[in-house]
Amino acid sequence: MNGKGLATICLLLGIATNGLAQGFAGLGMQADGFEQVLPGYQFSFPEDHAAHPGFRIEWWYLTANFENEEGQPMGLQWTLFRQAGKAQDTATGWQNRQIWMAHAALSTPDVHRSAEKFARGGIGQAGVEASPFSAWIDDWSLVSSDGSFDQLTLRAKGDGFSYDVQLNASGPLVFHGDNGFSVKSEQGQASYYYSQPSLKLTGTVKIGETSHRVSGQAWLDREWSSQPLSGDQSGWDWVSLHLDDGVKVMGFRLRHEDGDDFHSGTWITADGQASPLRQDQLKLTPLAANTVEDRKIPTSWRLEIPERAVDVTITAINPDSYMKTLFPYWEGPVTVKGSHPGRGYLEMTGY
Amino acid sequence: MMRHRLILTTLLSHWRRKPWQFVILLIGLATATALWSGVQAINAQARDSYAQAAGVLGGDDLDRWTGNAGLSISLTDYVALRRAGINLSPVMETVLRDGNRRLRIIGIEPTSLPQKSLIQSTDEAGSLADFVTGSGIALVSADTALPLPAILPPARVSDGLPPDTIVVDISWVADRSGRVAPDYLVSLKLSNADHLAISSVTEGRVKLQASDASGDLSRLTDSFHLNLTAFGFLSFVVGLFIVHATIGLSFEQRKPMLRTMRACGASSRALVIALSLEVLGSVLLAGSAGMVLGYLIASSLLPDVAASLRGLYGANVDGALNLQPSWWIAGLGMSLIGAFAAAAQSIWKAARLPVLAPARPEAWQAAHRRDLTRQGGLAILLLGVAVVTLLLGRGLASGFILMGSVLTGTALLLPVLASNILHWMEARQATPLSRWIWADTRQQLRGLTLSLMALLLALSVNIGVGTMVDGFRKTFLGWLDQRLAAELYVTAPDTATGLGLKAFAGSLPEVDAVLPIWSSDVRIDAWPVTVFGFEDHVTYRDNWPMLQTSRGMWDKVRDGQFALVSEQFARRFNVEPGDPLTLPSPSGGWTAEIAGVFSDYGNPTGAVMINATTLTENWSDLDQRRFALRVAPECITTVRDLLIKEGLPERSIVDQSRVKAASREIFETTFAVTLALNALTLVVAGIALFTSLLTLSNLRLPQLAPLWALGMTRRQLGWIELGRMLGLALFTALFAIPLGLILATILTKVINVEAFGWELPVFLFPLQWISLIGLALLTALVASLWPILRLQRTPPATLIGVFSNER
Repeated sequence: MNGKGLATICLLLGIATNGLAQGFAGLGMQADGFEQVLPGYQFSFPEDHAAHPGFRIEWWYLTANFENEEGQPMGLQWTLFRQAGKAQDTATGWQNRQIWMAHAALSTPDVHRSAEKFARGGIGQAGVEASPFSAWIDDWSLVSSDGSFDQLTLRAKGDGFSYDVQLNASGPLVFHGDNGFSVKSEQGQASYYYSQPSLKLTGTVKIGETSHRVSGQAWLDREWSSQPLSGDQSGWDWVSLHLDDGVKVMGFRLRHEDGDDFHSGTWITADGQASPLRQDQLKLTPLAANTVEDRKIPTSWRLEIPERAVDVTITAINPDSYMKTLFPYWEGPVTVKGSHPGRGYLEMTGY
Repeated sequence: MMRHRLILTTLLSHWRRKPWQFVILLIGLATATALWSGVQAINAQARDSYAQAAGVLGGDDLDRWTGNAGLSISLTDYVALRRAGINLSPVMETVLRDGNRRLRIIGIEPTSLPQKSLIQSTDEAGSLADFVTGSGIALVSADTALPLPAILPPARVSDGLPPDTIVVDISWVADRSGRVAPDYLVSLKLSNADHLAISSVTEGRVKLQASDASGDLSRLTDSFHLNLTAFGFLSFVVGLFIVHATIGLSFEQRKPMLRTMRACGASSRALVIALSLEVLGSVLLAGSAGMVLGYLIASSLLPDVAASLRGLYGANVDGALNLQPSWWIAGLGMSLIGAFAAAAQSIWKAARLPVLAPARPEAWQAAHRRDLTRQGGLAILLLGVAVVTLLLGRGLASGFILMGSVLTGTALLLPVLASNILHWMEARQATPLSRWIWADTRQQLRGLTLSLMALLLALSVNIGVGTMVDGFRKTFLGWLDQRLAAELYVTAPDTATGLGLKAFAGSLPEVDAVLPIWSSDVRIDAWPVTVFGFEDHVTYRDNWPMLQTSRGMWDKVRDGQFALVSEQFARRFNVEPGDPLTLPSPSGGWTAEIAGVFSDYGNPTGAVMINATTLTENWSDLDQRRFALRVAPECITTVRDLLIKEGLPERSIVDQSRVKAASREIFETTFAVTLALNALTLVVAGIALFTSLLTLSNLRLPQLAPLWALGMTRRQLGWIELGRMLGLALFTALFAIPLGLILATILTKVINVEAFGWELPVFLFPLQWISLIGLALLTALVASLWPILRLQRTPPATLIGVFSNER
């Protein structure tokens, strides 16, 4: 789950970009006609890798941490969103009212480049097919190299950057929450949420005119829903971490207007066994805030998971990793220090 | 300083004594300014609207891409281009008729539209999602009348859109028109690499549209605005005649005053400054009033002008005036220049006023004779220029020089001729009274010269323009009848469909004939020429509007190796039937002989017609989407429905009767504007005449008093005055008819040909002349009525007083 989806819904509801905070309140509306996220869903693959037109919003979301030849840490993200105006909009041609949106970014300690794309559904300009897996918008794509979801090629380019990387899965898919039923508030708002957190990455990235051979790790999220937020939730902090001991951690904090935040997460062992982290089992606390784009944004965090003896500090590689897209937010690679060192990605919205 | 003020006060005191003269001066200046600035306001508004229409999708910032020959782009090509990473955005347009309104509907695809374009920058107009999803949004300008037709999505006002242009999501247009392929794509300026990619991805099917294509509207409508400007300028000049007459008269009347001031020690420089300040003051006063008047004229004419432009060129012009400060400044500037031009003579005279010059009205006559000789010389010189221009001149500019010199030359000739005729008549009168009448008329001529010239100009331009417009209407409508002889005209979306539908239509029993209208575009000397292929049919033989033919023309063309060329083509390359013709073709060149010349009004490009088979044999890049159908009138609807059922979009079928009806409507509104401007010019000329008579009537007393003293009643004198004025007006009107016809000939045979490449036949409309003569007489009657009434009421004491006051 990440905040860009929320922003996309703001777009759907016709809320101006500067009213992002108020926008979250609008998400409390009933999603009439759309399918609801219910516990006990039986995932079925490869079909569930493709789009679910019965649901309002959906995304394919990839983050990666890697180094270039000189060992410099870098990160990239690539996200494809689907946004439906009405349920079961499978019309072809111009009549299809689904909007697709994609973000791409490349970050190093001193450079952060980003780009976005929009497209409409129904004409073939953007879409996702299950088998062979293919997700695309214009010339950006995440496409299976062997037909499966395990071998993927990711390509995107924006102003002053591009990437072309291979992704190879080394572990199983992981289901968050209750077998993929991921709750977002005490009131029961939820999404279907699974990940492929164990992707090995190799390939080329280009910043300006300079190409770099890179290798590292990537994390692919899949999530869809129709009404994911509670009415009084105002923003979002989310991390995905690759710890050096092979453990992966996903954690998020949904901020409530009354200050009573909702926490949730997943602990994934080195062999891919997932166990949910409930509200009282993990805690995300902002440490230092940076001023980015005239906003106070906490680019350093403390993550505590007492049951697993985790107490780490999460720090942005580049505090200026602000996504200056139509719906802006902060997203960038982080380093993890403390009881369990590692690296990962941080995303924050609503600041 | 003090002295300047004294001089100015003394000069201005004249107007206190003659308030009517001052009012007339102001009226003259105000009407001149009003008509000129009114026309300029209309033109400015129209140009704004063209620029806005061309710039709906970002104007100069955006490039436009179309399929070959300006056709639409397949969805497959569009998606392929997007997937190659090229940022192009599709647009589909359609037209929606709503009563008398013609709404231009632009369907955009907001997710791909470049940020820079006008539409996406209107943040408040609603979010992307409102636009695309749900019931959608129709963006309209604040000056588009609401409500919109109910089939459109809910309207929301957005800045920067031209009137009657509505922006909706592309899906709305696609839905309504049943089309899938975008009409064109827009992009920001793309890199060379992208240009190459576009060409290679689509195998050359998508091309950058030439940037001047969007400026077509302003080019097309140039002639229309030229017409308006000419009228505006004419009225301006005629109005200045009034100003000139009034200032000249006031100068004559103030001569003793000026002389006294000079004798008192005022320098001629101080007098010039004071007179100039007086002119400046009247410009500020009358010019501002004129601008307001101009605004009112423009707002009342604009709806008709807008209707004409919409009908003639499909140009949407905002029906509400929206003027820039520059318009006010330019208008006042024009008024200032005009006023000084009109006052120049008087100011010049004041500067050279000898301190001891006699101020005798009798000196007028002698001066007038000198003036007339000079004027006659100038007239002959100008007419000489006209002849030289006619013989040697080429191009539009020389056309205007020709027209200008004929007009001014003839106008200058009018008083010379009138004076000579009066002189000749005078010598042949038997009674003293009739001799006096002719001599006195001649004496009055000087005061009336300018207003008579104004009347002449107004009348002759009325005849000239009227003849041209009516001739154009007659020719154009007749030509439409010939040209649109078939009942239905069909344009299929593509060649394959076109050929399929042609075969289908041919199989229908209701269809009498299917006439292909195939074409290929070539360029000769960089001039675009369309080569049409047609099949020989009685429709052409009976109807096609030919200007020049040759024996057995249709048979020759049917057998190939012969071609018909348009008038524009024939004029441009100076060819006629019998001449050889070579057209560029894939094999290098196709040669034939010209068998005839047909008229092709309104087409800025060239046209050649050859046999359809010859066309298909010699050209490969053919447009075979179009054909015409001959159908019995009662079967038109049936055939139409059958074609639509067969998959042809409704808008691809054009019904001949609808085109004709629309054309007629357009012309009626165009005439309304022309007639209104014509009438206004005449009104100004009438005011000029009135002014002159009014001011003359004061000076006339010394001439009339002796006659009264000799026993003539004031009533008799009144009748003589009236008869004289009507006679002069009649003379002017009769003189105006040949001048008007010469003007019409220049307009149709010279200016039109230079501007558009085609010539119009000149038709004579004698009824129009008679009504104009009537109008001139009426003008003279109304203008002389007041001075004559004044004469009737002049107390005998005043008439006697003349003798004691006479210097």
